Amino acid sequence: MNEATLFGLCGTALVGLGLYGLITNPEPLRKILAFNLLGSGVFLVFGFISRRAAADGFPGDPVPQAMVITAIVVAFAATALAIALVLRLLAQTGRASLSSDEPAGASRDKGNS
Amino acid sequence: MTILSFTDVGLVLLVLVIGASTIFAREAFDAVIAFVVYGLLLAIVWVRLSAIDVALTEAAIGGGMTGTLLLGAAARLRSAEPDSARIGLAVRLAAAFFCALVAAGLAGALLLPPSVIPTLAPTVMENLVHTGLGNPVAGVLFAYRALDTMLEKVVLLLALLGVWSLAPNSAWNGIPGLRVYERPNSTLTFLAQLLPPLGIVVGFYMCWVGANAPGGAFQGGTILAAMWLLVIIARLEKAPSIGQPWLRIGLVLGPVVFLAVGLAGLVLANAFLAYPPGYAKPLIVAIEVALTISIAVALAMLAAGPPEQVQQ
Repeated sequence: MNEATLFGLCGTALVGLGLYGLITNPEPLRKILAFNLLGSGVFLVFGFISRRAAADGFPGDPVPQAMVITAIVVAFAATALAIALVLRLLAQTGRASLSSDEPAGASRDKGNS
Repeated sequence: MTILSFTDVGLVLLVLVIGASTIFAREAFDAVIAFVVYGLLLAIVWVRLSAIDVALTEAAIGGGMTGTLLLGAAARLRSAEPDSARIGLAVRLAAAFFCALVAAGLAGALLLPPSVIPTLAPTVMENLVHTGLGNPVAGVLFAYRALDTMLEKVVLLLALLGVWSLAPNSAWNGIPGLRVYERPNSTLTFLAQLLPPLGIVVGFYMCWVGANAPGGAFQGGTILAAMWLLVIIARLEKAPSIGQPWLRIGLVLGPVVFLAVGLAGLVLANAFLAYPPGYAKPLIVAIEVALTISIAVALAMLAAGPPEQVQQ
């Protein structure tokens, strides 16, 4: 196993971790973090694919690298929009939660919801 | 195992542990700090994968800019009511199982390579001479996949439009609600006076050198944006209101120049986004300079958030 494979496997583990965080963490900000972790794992897999072409005597395939650069910028744009949405939710409702239930303080019967 | 591979194993362990702590940390603030560290470590991983262009982008945007945004959001979300909803253990275990399955499937795909490894590297290197560029990644970004690069700038603008459109009606054309640092005469003020001259030089150097060496419009633009934000946060300069004409022109300058060159290519080189022979490099450098300015303005405005106060 060479170092590129090691980093590629690290990327797959990060994809798993990010996906887990995205599913299980209820807070929107933590979901955004997990989404970024998942994305960077996918980028590392691209890094492995780029490095795999190094067998032909190149430092790496520039096509996957250029795609990753584009992807990092697009992921940043998506993150910025998501954060703006969460902050707007906070300004509008006073809480940042994706659950449709009433906040914990409100004592409403949950049978009707 | 050589010393080098021990370093690599250590690096991977660090990345995994800090990555996991962004998921499992109790406080959102701790998770964000871990994420910034994670972004910088990831940049080292990209250096080890000999992708210096990606390493620069990851450190600047993935770690720095995203970190700034998340830190600001985490600080504001402290006032939010804590979410009492917890997910049951059974669901957690099921999620863990399926996520592990996804990771294992991906790992399997990595470990079983195809018999012929698909690569475009030789083709890129063969044709790089015609573009006059020395950096193959810049060649891919601005010559072979120019449409991707142009549309990516449009995505940045669309995201910014989305962020701005979240402003209440009364705050439209107002000043972005970026948190500013309160205390005057602090170290931050000193750094905000010291660093921008250096940062501006480094940013434009990155943009210029990107044609032949790692660097480029993205990395340079991010550094310029960071310098601007530093000056705003230290209260040396106010954030501009989003209705300023120069701001709007700066935002669209890059995509407009790119599109104009692309349309000119339709006439002069018989294809959209093709460069006439012999003029490829000057045109690409012109596009990169315009893009650097647009990226700097767009990233800074994205990080500053939607407008909140109306200008007096």
